[in-house]
Amino acid sequence: MAGKQKKFIQGNEACAEGALYAGCRFYAGYPITPSTEIMEIMAARLPRIGGAFIQMEDEIASVSAIVGAALGGMKSMTATSGPGFSLMQEGFGYACMTEVPCVVVNVMRSGPSTGYPTGPSQSDVMQAKWGTHGDHPAIVLSPSSVQEALYETIRAFNLSEIYRTPVTILYDEVIGHMREAVTIPAPGDIEVVERQKPNCPASEYKPYEVKNGKVAPLAAYGEGYRFHVTGLYHAADGFPTGNFKLIQEANERLISKVENNREHIWKNEEFYLDDAEIGVFAYGVCAKSAKFAVKELRKKGVKVGLLRPLTIWPFPDDAVLEMARKVKTIIVPEMNLGQIINEVSRASKGQCEVRGLFRVDTDPIHPKQIMSAIMGKPVDATVIPNEVMIERDMIDG
Amino acid sequence: MSRRYEMRFSGSGGQGMILAGIIMAEAASIYGGKNAAQSQSYGPESRGGASRSEVIISEEEVDYPKATSIDAMLAMTQEACAKYCKDIKDGGILLIDSDEVKDVPSGNFKVCSFPITSIAIDELGKTIVANIIALGMITELTKIVSHEDIEKAVLSRVPAAFLELNKKALQIGFEKAKEVKG
Repeated sequence: MAGKQKKFIQGNEACAEGALYAGCRFYAGYPITPSTEIMEIMAARLPRIGGAFIQMEDEIASVSAIVGAALGGMKSMTATSGPGFSLMQEGFGYACMTEVPCVVVNVMRSGPSTGYPTGPSQSDVMQAKWGTHGDHPAIVLSPSSVQEALYETIRAFNLSEIYRTPVTILYDEVIGHMREAVTIPAPGDIEVVERQKPNCPASEYKPYEVKNGKVAPLAAYGEGYRFHVTGLYHAADGFPTGNFKLIQEANERLISKVENNREHIWKNEEFYLDDAEIGVFAYGVCAKSAKFAVKELRKKGVKVGLLRPLTIWPFPDDAVLEMARKVKTIIVPEMNLGQIINEVSRASKGQCEVRGLFRVDTDPIHPKQIMSAIMGKPVDATVIPNEVMIERDMIDG
Repeated sequence: MSRRYEMRFSGSGGQGMILAGIIMAEAASIYGGKNAAQSQSYGPESRGGASRSEVIISEEEVDYPKATSIDAMLAMTQEACAKYCKDIKDGGILLIDSDEVKDVPSGNFKVCSFPITSIAIDELGKTIVANIIALGMITELTKIVSHEDIEKAVLSRVPAAFLELNKKALQIGFEKAKEVKG
């Protein structure tokens, strides 16, 4: 399809469009609400453009398949929700250790276990950082609109190629299922990072050779480069090593390749923060309610602003600290029982008060609840404070 | 138009309430040039149960995609009407299918009552287009999108074999709403 076009689509459809735009040509997955539309679209579209789609027997197989496809030179993706994300953690860790670029989407629903499939949640936000065992890198992006689901999926593929690491896209049922008019970018409108190829002879290729702190480009199987891949700590040639010094260096480098490039990976929206006395830190569906609340209260002269991370891991320490130095209080609304609030508290270094607003009944946090919290009132998780007036309540007809 | 116009389409799962919401939002955004967001709420079952779809139309970017106080609501079943009518704002509009909704709620909003399902059967021989008749009615009652834009949106979303049927259903909706308005 040539040229820019506007389509009225769901967040999940936008995610699939973004993946295709970024050059994803392999998808393996197992259907699960509220992520299934991503899989349906990839199943319909990939075979028409020379790509491959496989429905796997489960999520463990799905993540393994996308790692394999990436080693074969493809850009690859899978999408799932909570229970499937849990199953994928072993393979995800393998991708971290073997430094294989790929993208995993988790459209959050509530848990633990199968929870509630058709409602939103944000209760996997710490799992997205610490779900797989061992010290491992985490890049996690958190879109908050349908258009952003498209753009952030492209960015996820780009970051995975740049840092040779799996990237997670984390959003919730509301973002996944809501529809908005979305601009589908024309080819060339948005940068797409292609995988670097090794430029040395195959006989000299070392898949984990580090030069200037950067790991070698990943060769594709089938193009003449023979190499070994293992989840054990390995030397530059990819074979297991028992060299303690190498192990220490390798683990540190896995973390530092992301942490040292935080400023490149971070992305925040700041809304009315300049003169704010109260700040809201919100992502995904809660950022939508929070923006509504901030706009309403600004009209009434309340000095409140919003910090919205589009990159949630690595955590935006610097932006939170900057906000904490400015405001008296930071409000953290989340659709879980208090997860990212602990990171906000850590990053704000005691510079201000941090208060949470947690709702897990699968109905999104209402803007009036956030308005109440900003005004310093106690908020019941499941009660809409109708005494809080919004402009719409005051317009006749 | 106030800066944010909120609509809710409610009925039973399988009655096409989510589709009605999608078409309305598409008419407002893709064809009408405004901003619109459509969202839905449904249970794990694929048929039955109260189902609702919400559309927010605005000149500005739509931030919160769910209804906060509703300008216009459609209720195709008694259960959906009872469950969801509480959020209608003062001066809002409630359109009910009088074939199904017998217990008409009272409040500071205008109630438009019409036998939508039986008209679908009498005039078109199919209950399946009741949602499109309702969409025509709510378009005429609210004037939030033009007849042309809603028709374009309907025709882009229904299967090719049923274009004429749906076009007729929409027209019936426009006309019946004029009668209801008086």
